[in-house]
Amino acid sequence: MPDKNNEQLRIGVFLCHCGSNIAGYLDMEELEKFAKTLPHVTFVQRNLYTCSEGGINEIKKGIVEQNLNRVVVASCTPRTHEPLFRNSCAEVGLNPYLFEMVNIRDQCSWVHMQEKEDATEKAKDLIRMGVAKAALLEPQEPIMSEVTTRALVLGGGMAGMTASLALANRGYEVVIVEKEDKLGGMLNKISKLGPSMTDASQVAEERIKAIDQHPKITVFTKSRLVRVEGFIGKFKADVETEAGVKNIDIGVILIATGAHVFTPEGLYGYDGQRVITQLELEERLKLGLDPSVKNVVMIQCVGARDEQRPYCSRICCQVAVKNALLIKGQHPDARVSILYRDMQMYGVENEELYRESKIKGVRYINYSPDRPPEVKDDQVLVFHPLLGRELNLQADLVVLSTPMVAQADAHEVSQLLRVPIDENGFFLEGHVKLRPLDFATDGVFLCGSARYPANIREAVAQGLGAASRASIPLSKGSVVVEPIISVLVNEDACRGCGLCVALCPYGALEIRHTDKGRKVHVINVACKGCGVCAATCYQHALTINSFTDEQLSAQIEAFLGT
Amino acid sequence: MGAFKVTVRKKARYVDEDKCTGCGACEEKCPTVVPDAFNEGLGTRKAIYAYFAQGIPSTRTIDPDHCRQLNGKKCGICKKTCQADAVNFDQKDQMVELDVGAIIVAAGYDVFDPSRIPEYRYNEIPNVVTAIEFERLLSASGPTGGHVYRPSDLAAKAKIEELEKKLKKAQKTLQRYEEKFGQDSEAFYKQYQAGDFGEDEERKKWAAKYEEYLGIAKPLEQMKKEAEGFGSAKRLAFIQCVGSRDFRFYPFCSGYCCMHSIKEAIIAHEHEPETTSTIFGMDIRAVGKGFEEYKIRGGNQSGITYTRGRVAEIVEGENHNPIVFYEDTRERRVKSEEFDMVILATACAPTKGIATLAKTLGIELDDYGFVKTSPVSPVDSTVPGIFVCGCAESPMDVPESVAQASSAAQRAAEVVALQSLEKEKAVA
Repeated sequence: MPDKNNEQLRIGVFLCHCGSNIAGYLDMEELEKFAKTLPHVTFVQRNLYTCSEGGINEIKKGIVEQNLNRVVVASCTPRTHEPLFRNSCAEVGLNPYLFEMVNIRDQCSWVHMQEKEDATEKAKDLIRMGVAKAALLEPQEPIMSEVTTRALVLGGGMAGMTASLALANRGYEVVIVEKEDKLGGMLNKISKLGPSMTDASQVAEERIKAIDQHPKITVFTKSRLVRVEGFIGKFKADVETEAGVKNIDIGVILIATGAHVFTPEGLYGYDGQRVITQLELEERLKLGLDPSVKNVVMIQCVGARDEQRPYCSRICCQVAVKNALLIKGQHPDARVSILYRDMQMYGVENEELYRESKIKGVRYINYSPDRPPEVKDDQVLVFHPLLGRELNLQADLVVLSTPMVAQADAHEVSQLLRVPIDENGFFLEGHVKLRPLDFATDGVFLCGSARYPANIREAVAQGLGAASRASIPLSKGSVVVEPIISVLVNEDACRGCGLCVALCPYGALEIRHTDKGRKVHVINVACKGCGVCAATCYQHALTINSFTDEQLSAQIEAFLGT
Repeated sequence: MGAFKVTVRKKARYVDEDKCTGCGACEEKCPTVVPDAFNEGLGTRKAIYAYFAQGIPSTRTIDPDHCRQLNGKKCGICKKTCQADAVNFDQKDQMVELDVGAIIVAAGYDVFDPSRIPEYRYNEIPNVVTAIEFERLLSASGPTGGHVYRPSDLAAKAKIEELEKKLKKAQKTLQRYEEKFGQDSEAFYKQYQAGDFGEDEERKKWAAKYEEYLGIAKPLEQMKKEAEGFGSAKRLAFIQCVGSRDFRFYPFCSGYCCMHSIKEAIIAHEHEPETTSTIFGMDIRAVGKGFEEYKIRGGNQSGITYTRGRVAEIVEGENHNPIVFYEDTRERRVKSEEFDMVILATACAPTKGIATLAKTLGIELDDYGFVKTSPVSPVDSTVPGIFVCGCAESPMDVPESVAQASSAAQRAAEVVALQSLEKEKAVA
């Protein structure tokens, strides 16, 4: 096989047992024997966990002692483990892009648990393909790019304000874009915050004042983001403000656009007068509830946990309990009943509030969605499961607990920033467990109810957390981008047709006029290496590093055994 | 704030971190077997060990409570085995002094001890386990390789193994007699009982050995027959709020247990499609992103039944099957149901050492023992510059812990940034 450095190929293959995840279902001894027969393979080793410190040391030892110049690890998924193995190669001086990973777990041992022989054969194919590709790998150098140390925060509610102050306190410039005429978001609409019962407006005012006085923060109210181009560290954003469109250079973007409360048109006789939402109740509580209101019935899960909106909006139970307590505070004699499916008072503080409300006499009645309550004039009928009969509750005021729903412009923002939203319109984080405040798109972060309904504590924690994540590229001052990107390997072949430019989802290609005419140019840092351009280019002028036509063909040939 | 002097006790691990290569040869040779805490005592480890396979660093540690050498007995096998000469029985605890700008408390939580609830008989019924024990049974790298075998069956299998070893030993001894006297033991024993050998001392011993052999072989055969019927547990009950939302113990809600029960039930069903589960709870608090949908999917596709009610008592039925007594609050009836296994969703208890730690740091705890914070500054303790994240602050799940860890890092970085800004000012 040709080797450009005229260096003899020495491929090391490390076979991971992954405890019993792989070894429990594949014949590892057989795989070891097989790997030894493959071309250029000079070293094969099995490990209980290749990703453990011991396993990593074995890779390093192999590179140093066996003079390996290509490393193949057959184990789990590159999504989680490729960076680790690449770093291990780099630590002992092997270019990290001379590493190839073969997944014999997720799509092999895990899905063929009952077919050991066939699964082992499949693993052999996969390993043979990986080795064939590894033989053709070429070293790559990481791409560095400067970072503009300014953050753009979309949304000036509790999460956005907290994130902005956090970043500004670290010394970074922050631009807040708020669509309303003042900062504060939901805090401006609600009366008191549970469980401490502090004034929401007071909390908002404190933060707004701190932002106004902060030399590092610029606020644009009544404004919206209309265009974004660029990539992590070097975004250019067009913000439409009252004073015209501003073009701002930024390094990172935080989405803190919040959510809004669903209006239950047509449900339970909602009229905004006698049948209102919790948010409308907040307004009345601010002014002081009409003393003639003696009997209040609250209904939970109105427009939530149903076919249209299958999700639980997390915070409505807390809101109902808090407002029930506020009513009791204003009118101790008022009777408050809460009709619920599950009281979602998770954690320490919420459950405490729930207990307190019971002590203060708030009544709780469980209802089943197959037999929902009925609102009739000044009465609410509900089937009481413990008593086994229907109750007739007097109701001067009916309060409907409706879910938080995604903002109307969530879709638009998601397209502008090339980040995904989920089926309910909330922004979808990079990993639901491990990267809750990041996106797969570098340089864009997420916090507050734009992610999922959050109470004040959660909005603040996430605001701080998103600021922390965003501060990593800001504090480094530069970012290193994966060199697995598109390359114009054959400039002469490029006809400058621009088909690839039109298809690139990352804006990473442009047509430039050169001495040789119209030619495509790759903006390295913006390219994600998705391969759409290379697959499209009928001239084969573009290719993707580490996924060249030659390498992929070799893999296919290895699979076919030709 | 911004300038703490801290002293950290670094406990002796009796293995030199710089020399140990993590090869694990010492662990293989160590003769002392102890219950494995990582696997909740369901498996075993050695006295020199790594807490779990992927742990970092892989440097082994000697457990001073069980190591023979450290308890004055003759051993030192690990030291002889180690080619890197890393074992050092003379290592002492070290005191490390550090100057730090901020402190983050991430001390975690403890699992509530369910034996404090006598009516659930956690100590008496082997097939009543905690959620974390069940987690280890489900784990592919756990003590059963991911098979949901019942602890009573596992104990019986261990007993069979033990008896088999004894039987083999007895057989060997019998073999020696048989060879010496040219007769098989059964025939000899018949003659012996008939009084053919009088008071011959050696034959007396042979007879005693044969009796011992029979005493093992018969029950062993019976046990083996029973063990043929062992399989994985297929009828599971999950009991929510064990120690949580309970005035006798912790009145708070532990937040994550509803979801982990649903997850465990779904995984058990994935392992064994015939598995069905009943989750007994007051409210099923599926409040996170995608959680309600996951709960519904568990019901539709993974054989989970959600029963609204609190379990009053668990008793042991035939074949070590737990029987659960509960009130179905939808049907207003007291019912009972038999299961193969019961999993207790135990509370998130404040970690044992937290009171001492709080005293050392001067931070306040709440009524239960979690680090006190406020809703508008959720990771700030009562002492400036000291922050908290994860279950040390209050019960929370993985995404929340991850997000909060970033929050605490941000607050700590702010403190440090502020300090360097002030220093710059002072210089200017």
